[in-house]
Amino acid sequence: MIAGSNLEKVINSGNFVVTGELGPPKSSDITQLKHHAEEMKNHVDAYNITDNQTAIVRTSSIACGATLVQMGLEPIIQITVRDRNRICIQGDVLGAHALGIKNILCLSGDHQSFGNEQGSKGVYDIDSMQLLKGLQEMRDENHFIGGDELEAPISYYLGAVANPFADPFEYRVDRLEKKINAGASFIQTQCIFDLDRFERWMEAVRERGLHKKVAIMGGVTPIKSLGAARYMKNNVSGITIPDELIDRLKGAEKKKEEGLNICIETIQRLQEIEGVAGVHIMAIAWEEIVPEIVERSGLYPRPKV
Amino acid sequence: MIIAERKPLEEIAAMAAPYKNIFVLGCDTCVGVCMAGGRKEAEETAALLRIHRKKEKLEGEVVSSSMERQCEYEFIDEVLEKIEGYDLIVSLACGVGVQTMVEHVANLRVVPGLNTTSMGYPTEQGVWSERCLGCGDCVLHLTMGICPITRCAKTLLNGPCGGSAEGLCEVGEDIPCAWQLIHDRLSSFSRLKDLNEIQPPKDWSTSHHGGPRTTVREDVRIDRGE
Repeated sequence: MIAGSNLEKVINSGNFVVTGELGPPKSSDITQLKHHAEEMKNHVDAYNITDNQTAIVRTSSIACGATLVQMGLEPIIQITVRDRNRICIQGDVLGAHALGIKNILCLSGDHQSFGNEQGSKGVYDIDSMQLLKGLQEMRDENHFIGGDELEAPISYYLGAVANPFADPFEYRVDRLEKKINAGASFIQTQCIFDLDRFERWMEAVRERGLHKKVAIMGGVTPIKSLGAARYMKNNVSGITIPDELIDRLKGAEKKKEEGLNICIETIQRLQEIEGVAGVHIMAIAWEEIVPEIVERSGLYPRPKV
Repeated sequence: MIIAERKPLEEIAAMAAPYKNIFVLGCDTCVGVCMAGGRKEAEETAALLRIHRKKEKLEGEVVSSSMERQCEYEFIDEVLEKIEGYDLIVSLACGVGVQTMVEHVANLRVVPGLNTTSMGYPTEQGVWSERCLGCGDCVLHLTMGICPITRCAKTLLNGPCGGSAEGLCEVGEDIPCAWQLIHDRLSSFSRLKDLNEIQPPKDWSTSHHGGPRTTVREDVRIDRGE
C-alpha cells in the first residue's frame, strides 16, 4: 500500500474500479458540485476533480477536493502543468496532502488558447512526465525537484492519463510505459468511442505486460445528443468519434437513450478486455446519470474495502 | 534571422501624431531581408504616413531612409547627421534596433514601427517560421535537430501530448506537431528508443526566466585602458 486511498484499495482488491468526474464551476458556489458528489457517492470509488479544464477559469481542484474530503468522500485531484511552475505545483501538493487529499492525477492540460483567458501566459515549466517523476521522488525519496529535502515525508497515490486516440499511434504504448517508469500507479484514458482502436492499443499494452504494472481505467462519456457528439468530434482536443457512432445516433429515435446505451455497451466491453482495471466516467453536465450507468453496467454495488 | 512585421499604419500614425517632423528609419539587415523594415518598406511607410497626416491636417514633413544595421553603434553614428533635427524617429528595426538607438543617442525620441515576432527563417516565399527561442541551453542534439522548446506549444521535453492528431498540434490546424516530426525523424534513423528516456526538468535559468541576459566574452573584449 502506498497512500492507503480507497482508490488504491479497490485497485489492489482486483475489483473493477469505477471513478466519476466532477467539474468545478465558474464561480465559488460549489453547491452543485457537492450535490453531484452526494448523488453518485454509492456508485463511484473516487472522483476526479478537474483543474481549470479546457483552460477555463474555475474553482480550484484542490479547494473542491478538500471539500469532498470534509464530506467523507475521496477526490482524485488533477494537476496540469499549464498554469503553475514547479514551485507552485510542489507547494500545492504539500497543501493538498495537508488537507487530506490522497490521489493525484498528472496531466499536461489543454493549451490556454482553448479557454477564456486566451491571452494568458502558458507556464509549462515542467511537462507531465517530469511532474510525475518529480512527485514520485518527492514521495519516495523525500526531496523536491530541486534536490532540497522535505521536512516531513509525504504520501499520495499517483496517476496519469493516456490517449490511445492521439498520434503517433505507435508511440502511445511507449508513452504509457514511460509514465509507468515515471511513477504512475493508475492510468485514466481519454474518452473511448473508437473501441477498435482502444483494443489495438490494449493488445500492444498486454504484449509488453504493462497492464500488470499499472491499473488502466478506460474513460467513457455518455453522449446526450447528436450535437454534442459532433461538437466533441470537431472541437475537443484528443477525442476521435467514428462516423458509425454518429450514424447510429442519427438513426436513433431517442438520441439521449441511445447515447446512454452506447456508453453502457462500452463499459461492458471494457470489462471483457484483459488488462482493463476499471472505468472512469466523465458525465460532464450529465452527472445525475452516473448511478444509472454504473447499475446498468453491472458494477453496483461498489466494493467496501 | 530576426522576423518582424510592420505595425498597423493607424498605430504608427497615432504614435506620430503629436510630432511635427518625422524620420522613418529602416534597417537593411534581418528585417530588411524579411521585407518588414528595409529601405523599401521605410519609403512605403513614410508615404502612407504622409497621406494619413495630410488627411488629418497635421503639419511637418515625413522623410525616410534606411541603414545597414540599427543594432550597432558604429552604424548608428553614420546616420546621426541625417536624422538630426527631426522630432521623432519611427524605427523600422526589430526591438533590438530600437533600443540600441535609444541607448546610444540620449536625446532621440524613437518609437517602434514593427512588431518583432521571432527568430526563424523563410520556409517559402512570404512565409517565415519560428525556429529558436534563445533558451540558452540548446537541446537539438536530443531531438534530432527539431526544437521542442520553440515548436511545441507546451515546450514538452518527453514526447507528444494527447492533443497531437494526424501530425498537427492541438493549438491550430496549420501548426505541425513538433513531437510528431521528432518521432518521424527518430524513426527514420531507427532511434525511437531515445524517446523512452525521461528527460529531466529543464533549467530555465539560462533563458529569459533567469532575468535579462548579457553574454560576456573576455577573450574578445577590448581593453579600453587607462
